[in-house]
Amino acid sequence: MLTGKQTWSFVSGPRILGTGTVVGSKEGRGPLGDRFDLVHDDPYVGQDSWEKAECKMLEQAQEKAVFKAGLSMEAIDVAIAGDLLAQITSANFAARTAGRPMLGIFSACATSMQAVALAAALVEAKAARYALAATSSHNSSAERIFRFPTEYGAQKPPTAHCTVTGAGAAVVGAGITGVRVSSATIGKVIDLGVQSPWEMGAAMAPAAVDTIVQHLKDTGRSVDDYDLIVTGDLARVGHPIARELLGRQGHDVQDRFQDCGILMYDEHQPEVFSGGSGPACCACVTFAHLLRQLEEGEYRRILVVATGALLSTVTAQQNETIPCVAHAVCFEAGTS
Amino acid sequence: MSVKMGVDQKRYQVFLKGRQPVRPWFRNSVRAFFTGGATCLLGQGIQELIVHYYHFSEKEAGNPTVAILIMLSALLTGLGVYDKFGQWAGAGSAVPVTGFANSIASAALEHKTEGYVAGVGSNMFKVAGPVIVYGVVAAFAVGLVRYLLTHD
Repeated sequence: MLTGKQTWSFVSGPRILGTGTVVGSKEGRGPLGDRFDLVHDDPYVGQDSWEKAECKMLEQAQEKAVFKAGLSMEAIDVAIAGDLLAQITSANFAARTAGRPMLGIFSACATSMQAVALAAALVEAKAARYALAATSSHNSSAERIFRFPTEYGAQKPPTAHCTVTGAGAAVVGAGITGVRVSSATIGKVIDLGVQSPWEMGAAMAPAAVDTIVQHLKDTGRSVDDYDLIVTGDLARVGHPIARELLGRQGHDVQDRFQDCGILMYDEHQPEVFSGGSGPACCACVTFAHLLRQLEEGEYRRILVVATGALLSTVTAQQNETIPCVAHAVCFEAGTS
Repeated sequence: MSVKMGVDQKRYQVFLKGRQPVRPWFRNSVRAFFTGGATCLLGQGIQELIVHYYHFSEKEAGNPTVAILIMLSALLTGLGVYDKFGQWAGAGSAVPVTGFANSIASAALEHKTEGYVAGVGSNMFKVAGPVIVYGVVAAFAVGLVRYLLTHD
């Protein structure tokens, strides 16, 4: 049901029935290392290319999510997935293995919450009993597409991000237990003129702020109604900028404001720069950590705002500025 | 793009000033100076050894020295060390011979999965290509100027 201008309210109460998260070794050594279902020390995950490794992780995350939901893959009515690679390779190739009806989506690092929002909408509309939302990224396959060869000795600036190696999946369906997906706000594409692909935090911050403000306006709530508002991958540079922009619009988020890119790595880990990014960043932190905190009763209601920079290597080389988008999903604890 | 968007973009760029960490250029320069210098010193050392032990003339020792540096750099690239060195040393790691070898070896490694012709062959000079193109163009320009000045 449309509430306000951009927000979908889910009245039937679709829930997260199971989640699966698979990460690489750097993520495993981070502060949330023991929260993930599977940590791979081998960056190739036993495969012979980075792309196959990413696909494998996505398959594993999906299988894990379905298993933890107490279902079999055949019970999934529709899978919604996307990733960073051209032609969303990982998502489509993993879907080949799963053999379920598949909708491929792309909104860069905002894919995770776009997938959850769409899955919840399909369950709400009874177009699916069980919908699988999934996404993945791999540091090396992303480096190769968006930056330099992985072993090339180029120096990155402190505003750079570290693309998370991992995959996250969640089964959304009607159920009686589990975290509820109560609403979702679909973001507008916003471009405030940041050009450098090394400054994605600053580029994406306005999109995150726009979606958060719109969500609050649509639902008639204030930031105090949330125990936590968490952005996808603004990291240590973009997150304070978003906080300041929110403050200027009269939303004082205080200590209720976090970021998956900051939560993923320890500040002192080597070569994480300003923090994590990539579709898997928001997916893994949300599914493995934040949803569990909701289940454990630490929070009642949180808003996850996945942020995506919609650039391509061609547009970056043609000196285009970076359009960004943010999709928000509101998760609420257990009963009612 | 709407007019308002253009105005907003300008305002946001002004807002961002000082809100993003800048590259530590002084530290980077110092590191680049010493690591770049050390790499050259290593090359000089290798050359001296070749002259001393194999009785090459200083000019003849140039080629084997470069070959050894290329092999070292390619080896360190393959072992996954050179990119870490590059992040630490910055421009110091881009010193012609080793930096150039790294750019070729890393691109070759990266595209190994697409086969030896379409992958390695056509992507090997992806990073190093511009250096060659503009190196040749610059050499032509300098050579032309020199010719015009010295030729009578």
